[in-house]
Amino acid sequence: MQQKDEVELSDIEQISYNFHIRPILSDKCFACHGPDANKRESELRLDTETGAYAALKDNPNQFVIKPGNLEESTVYHRITSEDPGELMPPPESNLSLSNTEIQLIKKWIEQGAKYEPHWAFVKAEKSQLPKETDWTINEIDRFALKKMTEKGLQPNPEAKPYELIKRASLDLTGLPPSPEVLDRFGDFSGELTYADLLDGLLGDPGFGEKMAILWMDISRYSDSYGYQDDNIRTQWPYRDWVIHAFNENLPYDQFLTWQLAGDLLPDASKEQILATAFNRNHKYTEEGGVIDEEYRIEYVLDKTNTVSKGLLGITMECAQCHDHKYDPFSQKEYYEMFAFFNNTPEKGYQGDVSQSKPAKTPILWVDQEDLSGVMSFINYADTSKLSISVMGELDEQRPTYILDRGVYDAPTTEVEPSTPSSILEFPADLEKNRLGLAKWVTARENPLTARVFVNLMWQEIFGQGIVKSAGDFGMQGDLPTHPELLDWLAVDFMENGWDIKRLMKQILSSATYKQSAVITDQHLNTDPANLYLSRASRLRLPAENIQDLVLASSGLLVRKLGGPSVKPYMPEGIWEAATSGRGVLATYIQDKGDKLYRRGLYNFIKLTVPPPKAIIFDSSNRDRCEIGRSRTNTPLQALVMMNDPMILEASRVLAGKMWDENKDEEKAISTSFKRIVCRDMSSEEKSILLSYYQDQLERFRKNPEQVLPTLSVGEFPLEEKNINPETAALMQVIVSIYNLEETITKS
Amino acid sequence: MEKEILEEGLNHNRRKFLSRLSLGVGSLALGSLLVPDLFSGKAGAEEAMMNALPHFAPKAKRIIYLFQNGAPSQLESFDYKPLLNKRMGEELPESIRGTQRLTGMTAGQSSFPLVGSHYKFNQYGESRAWISEVFPHTAGIVDDICIVKSMHTDAINHDPALTFFQTGAQVGNRPSMGSWLSYGLGSENSNLPAFSVLLSRGRGNGQGVYSKLWSNGFLEATHQGVQFSNSEDPVLYLKDPESMSREERRKMIDQIAAMNDLSMQQFNDPEISAKVKQYEMAYRMQTAVPEMTDISKEPESIIKLYGPDCLVPGTYAANCLLARKLSESGVRFVQLYHQGWDQHGNLPNEMRLQAEDVDQASAALITDLKQRGLLDETLVIWGGEFGRTNYCQGKIVVDNYGRDHHPRAFSIWMAGGGVKSGMVYGETDEFGYNITENPVHVHDFQATVLHLMGIDHERMTYKHLGRRYRLTDVSGKVVKDLIA
Repeated sequence: MQQKDEVELSDIEQISYNFHIRPILSDKCFACHGPDANKRESELRLDTETGAYAALKDNPNQFVIKPGNLEESTVYHRITSEDPGELMPPPESNLSLSNTEIQLIKKWIEQGAKYEPHWAFVKAEKSQLPKETDWTINEIDRFALKKMTEKGLQPNPEAKPYELIKRASLDLTGLPPSPEVLDRFGDFSGELTYADLLDGLLGDPGFGEKMAILWMDISRYSDSYGYQDDNIRTQWPYRDWVIHAFNENLPYDQFLTWQLAGDLLPDASKEQILATAFNRNHKYTEEGGVIDEEYRIEYVLDKTNTVSKGLLGITMECAQCHDHKYDPFSQKEYYEMFAFFNNTPEKGYQGDVSQSKPAKTPILWVDQEDLSGVMSFINYADTSKLSISVMGELDEQRPTYILDRGVYDAPTTEVEPSTPSSILEFPADLEKNRLGLAKWVTARENPLTARVFVNLMWQEIFGQGIVKSAGDFGMQGDLPTHPELLDWLAVDFMENGWDIKRLMKQILSSATYKQSAVITDQHLNTDPANLYLSRASRLRLPAENIQDLVLASSGLLVRKLGGPSVKPYMPEGIWEAATSGRGVLATYIQDKGDKLYRRGLYNFIKLTVPPPKAIIFDSSNRDRCEIGRSRTNTPLQALVMMNDPMILEASRVLAGKMWDENKDEEKAISTSFKRIVCRDMSSEEKSILLSYYQDQLERFRKNPEQVLPTLSVGEFPLEEKNINPETAALMQVIVSIYNLEETITKS
Repeated sequence: MEKEILEEGLNHNRRKFLSRLSLGVGSLALGSLLVPDLFSGKAGAEEAMMNALPHFAPKAKRIIYLFQNGAPSQLESFDYKPLLNKRMGEELPESIRGTQRLTGMTAGQSSFPLVGSHYKFNQYGESRAWISEVFPHTAGIVDDICIVKSMHTDAINHDPALTFFQTGAQVGNRPSMGSWLSYGLGSENSNLPAFSVLLSRGRGNGQGVYSKLWSNGFLEATHQGVQFSNSEDPVLYLKDPESMSREERRKMIDQIAAMNDLSMQQFNDPEISAKVKQYEMAYRMQTAVPEMTDISKEPESIIKLYGPDCLVPGTYAANCLLARKLSESGVRFVQLYHQGWDQHGNLPNEMRLQAEDVDQASAALITDLKQRGLLDETLVIWGGEFGRTNYCQGKIVVDNYGRDHHPRAFSIWMAGGGVKSGMVYGETDEFGYNITENPVHVHDFQATVLHLMGIDHERMTYKHLGRRYRLTDVSGKVVKDLIA
């Protein structure tokens, strides 16, 4: 949503093409007068200076736009015309310009109608730092404070120490701090500082797991092939590698290079080849009767779209069928990009579900020797060889053609591998293969890669990116709220070796990050969405981290790193109701023991029936590359929190332990509260919870027959000593604590 | 009628109000504060054109879509082609096949022998429509329905074809038709999901259904289809633990609210109050949904009408009855899927079983809606994702043949909700292979369905990553001939 409608014209002295005009032209005009040559009306284009300043063909004294001259600018007459036949945009397009938009265009023309290149396609440079103040800690704060001040806002006070500990733990590991950690750091007045906290968290293996959640969405990871029979596949070693790479702090440029072209590196290691599974995580059909080439093309399209969106933040896929309507990408450029991925020995169809294998050609085999050596980060207990779908390259370049309307059997002109020139010309000296592409993607001159990633990290932490449309840095995307900050961070990131942990520490060390999340009336009036960062945002945890929090705080969490996906409790009949009946995933066979208590990241994802709980909490369904999830608030979520056996079991187990250890309700409740909410409870909270406990205790004493059924939830053994009314009552209190808004909110 | 107009006016104003308020806010937080109900269908406030929804007076208020997945053969149901029986075993003429692409199932066949219907056809009703003997109950309501014999689609494989029918695109991740309607029109009942999904399976060769088919795509998660299951828990996680009474649940929710109120005092975050409201809504759903799925209060005559299967939860018949109840309660879009229609082989036997499972209940639904005076405002749709070939897949045996996928011509039927009744629309050639009259593309069908709901398919859009998307993608024409 653009804010332009709220702009007071009188406030703007100098109209900017990028910030004021281009969003209007792009949204309302470019579809017919933009980059798409085939759909261009009257051969008139408004996306380039040359096009816009041209004289009209039938009237050389009149121009499309004449800088500084409204009278001779046809555009102005057409957008203000009262004749529906003349009016632009034409009424039948269902588009119209608001009065403010018209006034902006008017003023822009009067001021000389200056065009600027699209900000995101210009190489990022550090601009001058705004001034330091008592409040600022690092460079981030200088930019943030400047913007806040411009908007008439002041920074919130610093959050309480326990709030910071919880916030940083969730941001860096996705896990809540234990009461011991909370006590150890206290108010940071002892030996241990906030910086120590951050270092500890960045060194925790949970860091890789937390980061991997995001990367699984981008790489559209799943445990099944998708399409109708949706059989099982083995891509999880790739997930183990992603966790490992983040934990080892593999620089982001290498992280991308290995994933794009690990197999093409000189003396490529098996680890580097495993990373290329990134481009093999998409769906594969096993439907009998499909046409091989149609699906092979489909897979190349998916790779092209994923790399464009996930790494470059551009919506190339629009150019699959025609020139892009808003961005300067031609259909030819789309297929030039496509050509990089069109050279694998991959097949469109390798047999139906009855012939299904855990990986498809080309395959990486991992044996015991690898597992005990270079690939020891793969968590695999079995002795059989592992097979994973990875990338490979044909010896001879397969020719690539522009596909008319994107259809596999409508090839037209042949193209060579290349990249969109409007982003960055593909240097002549680079290999015309995926390795060359990787070098182009990670070049210092590439205007997008670092900006997009830094923005993603920002989105992870603050809830929304500096560019809100994190997957679209193109013409139709949102403009950055803090352009100089974004550029400064991106350049700084590259200058410091694409060091991800350093970037995270930098952000988390800032005063901007450390603000309290308390919302004032002024915030609600001036900046309800917290675009200008004068407070910390309160954000509901992602589905995976809700599971993590529940299991960790109850003591049930099994902290193993990596390994095959697990099948925890799921309501009965979900897979069975929606299956062809073929393949090994026709029925859901729930796991037992430790596998019930792993982190949410490891839950098995069957593509055609993704885990319902995760979907209820806004997870990606992994069908395609996704950047960022929405955060809704629904009654279905309330039902999950109240009735999910995982939460009830966790409550039961924690209640048993707390009662057994303390035999004192006040102590039991306050410890439970601290484990779950990560702070001490207030006296008001204590009195509410205690009186609820007394009420429940009375209930279970009066109705002893309800004790056992209440406690009999989940497969974790229920011991005799835990079967008593006190534990049952305490369990109800703990279920309520899990259901608090604050519990599953990062604030 | 007056009430209706009033409601529409209110909705209109509500959206305008939202749209003004949230301009420049772009926040889910504020949105959910103002519209605390999941099912109230928050319209995309930024889209000014959405303000006018519905765009014109709707003919239908609700939809029940009886999706027959796997693709039932038109040649054994509604498209009577005696020529195929006459020329049984003869080669499909090249001139008829033309450039039609084949699936890999039959592309390798050296011959394409024509095969006629194993079942007999008769004409019924005032429309004298031809219907095969395995659909006797449908034949009984023929004057209430409109059979479209000239449907065609772009896709030839199940997954893409289903996805295309439901979302307007063959690729995944676009919103489903029900999600679009939830987004555009919201719900009439604040205790039930605007878009409900019911699944069943027949006895024929099945193809999977996928929850992406009822996905909200890029719309907010509040618009996703809510799957009703036939287990004890009709909606996931709805049922409280065994020993928890309604009073105990109430108590727990009250004290969660009391605690959340304390947070609210501290943080002043509108999301907290929204959360409290969601718990209230959840509590109400826990009563409303089981009441809905309980058919024990249905009279004997209704059970008889839908057939004894309707007493068995999870059957197609039970789902049809439940669909009527949901729809009657104001659920905007009830989507059924019935699997088992993929007769590549063994068609004469399997198709009879499939028809047995769906025929009576489908017809009963029409009769039931009609007797309640609801048929006029409820659009019912029956059909699959494509049709089947007029030639045999594999070797031809008179009693045991099969048919491959055929996207070029197939039949569906629609009823109620402003559709002309007692009509057969469109025609195919005598081979049943090509459309000769009034073709209806999937996008035309979708445009028509939206039109019946009062929506201009070109104007109900949602902007996502820079592009305005719509259910009909970039094409589709309303088929005016179908509208009463």
